[in-house]
Amino acid sequence: MLNIALPKGRLGEKVYAIFAEAGYECPAVLSGSRKLIFENEEKGVRYFWVKPSDVAIYVERGAADLGVAGKDIIEEYEPDVYELLDLCMGKCRMAVAAKKGFRDDPQRTLRAATKFKNIATKYYASKSRDIDIIELNGSIELAPILGLSDVIVDIVETGTTLLENDLQPIEDIMRISARLIANQSAYRFKTSEICAVKNAIDGVIRAKGLSS
Amino acid sequence: MTTPSNRITARADEQIALALRDLYGRYGYTHYRMSKFEEYELYVQNKDFIGSGGIISFTDTDGKLMALKPDVTLSIIKSLRRSKGVQKVYYNENVYRVSKGSGVYREILQTGLECIGEIGRYEICEALLLALKSLETIGRPFRLDLSHMELLTSLIASAGVSEDAMEELVTCIKRKNPDGIRELFASCGADAEKGDVIAELAGLYGKPHEVFPVLFELLQGKETYAYAQELSEICAVLTELGYGDYIGIDLSAVNDMNYYSGIVCRGYLDGIPDGVLSGGCYDRMMKKMGRDCGAIGFAVSLDRLDLLNTAVRTKDCDVLLLYTEDTSPITVLKAVQRMTEEGITVHAASRMPEGIRADKTVRLNADGTVTEGE
Repeated sequence: MLNIALPKGRLGEKVYAIFAEAGYECPAVLSGSRKLIFENEEKGVRYFWVKPSDVAIYVERGAADLGVAGKDIIEEYEPDVYELLDLCMGKCRMAVAAKKGFRDDPQRTLRAATKFKNIATKYYASKSRDIDIIELNGSIELAPILGLSDVIVDIVETGTTLLENDLQPIEDIMRISARLIANQSAYRFKTSEICAVKNAIDGVIRAKGLSS
Repeated sequence: MTTPSNRITARADEQIALALRDLYGRYGYTHYRMSKFEEYELYVQNKDFIGSGGIISFTDTDGKLMALKPDVTLSIIKSLRRSKGVQKVYYNENVYRVSKGSGVYREILQTGLECIGEIGRYEICEALLLALKSLETIGRPFRLDLSHMELLTSLIASAGVSEDAMEELVTCIKRKNPDGIRELFASCGADAEKGDVIAELAGLYGKPHEVFPVLFELLQGKETYAYAQELSEICAVLTELGYGDYIGIDLSAVNDMNYYSGIVCRGYLDGIPDGVLSGGCYDRMMKKMGRDCGAIGFAVSLDRLDLLNTAVRTKDCDVLLLYTEDTSPITVLKAVQRMTEEGITVHAASRMPEGIRADKTVRLNADGTVTEGE
């Protein structure tokens, strides 16, 4: 039996659809019930919905053998997991954004507001830029508007929210998409099951022309 | 009376530690005991070898900066005498490291062995066999993954990956992320063909008989072929000894390239989410420390075995013996002694203790007789 952690929400439903198409369906998942765990014994899979940012923890600690997590979460928390496949879904990018007309003055410490402390720290360290991280949990876009920070480091999908708030992306940090991740120990003791799931999903993604 | 199930026995991890000491002893390894402290300087010079940041340091009475050991191997290398032949030692020590999850210091019980000196094929096979036997001792489905560091390092060195991208490349390899490896090669303009081979190698996993045919085909005509050959010969020895089904070939297991070279290994147990055993040949480390010889060793993290202690204790003792304040101690002691001689565990108390679970409760009368019930 493979335990699979799926991220709650729209992306998770799309991801489940791919798993189902790959032959690992579990119809109860879409029944709208409040249950948290769904099992299809015949297919050997057990799904559960968890908060997207928690998927990596479930997988790293072995409560789930497989999971689907955004590249942002993997880079932020750096869990010791295998990143087996790019699902080419939920595509967006991690970017630095600032108020229109912003000019970075290298003589000052750059104040960066973000939910992704680790990613922001690593990015600016690679550029040897001295920064002051302001950790926020939501409405990051407010920070530069109110003068709380100079820039924000955040996920940009279409850029509409930024535009509406008179902000613009100024640098791209990384490409983000959903990844299939596996627990290291499970990968050894359930190798054939995990590889079968990975290959089936890879097949579906290629057939759909999603792969990059 | 039920059989006493809660007699004091060594905990599972203590029993395993003893069994491992016995195992290493039988192969001629001698016990190496050392102090908990070490000069801080040693770790500053070899920061990357320790891996996790943060060392507990303090100033000794003579002003010297000392550290609580975060690692045992370095101290062993430092203190072993320079001599011909090989020196074989094992240890069972606590080390102090920052735990990745909580970010606070933890005391970790490690047991392991080091074989230092003129290391030949026999010594490597022996150490790996002992790694396999160590995992077997724990009594769970186990797997020892083997890799040859030079296979990937020589490929990486000749692929033209820039120094800045190296760390990311190693992360991608460790995560078995083939897409990431190809992307990185494309972005830094390195040899894409070599990138493909590295991506393939990192993704390979399986038992020796599954992996080697693929590996040999991939490396046909390449200079790294000899390393794959060496790895397969070592696997053949261990397979001959009956361990073929417990070996995995995993080339993504890259330990620090500045220290390790040659064969590296990592052990896993079913039920523990990450590796419990880690080691390999660390000739480069020896060179860094000014020793002109080879070395191989591994460590088992015994604290991880806590996860396997699934047997939940259902009671604290067989009998709870309640006595009244006016009962003389000698009467109580005699009653307790009678029971213990029958193999029954007893908790004697004058008042009902909180949170103690026993099979039954008996009351001791002043005349030494007992009545069942409170």
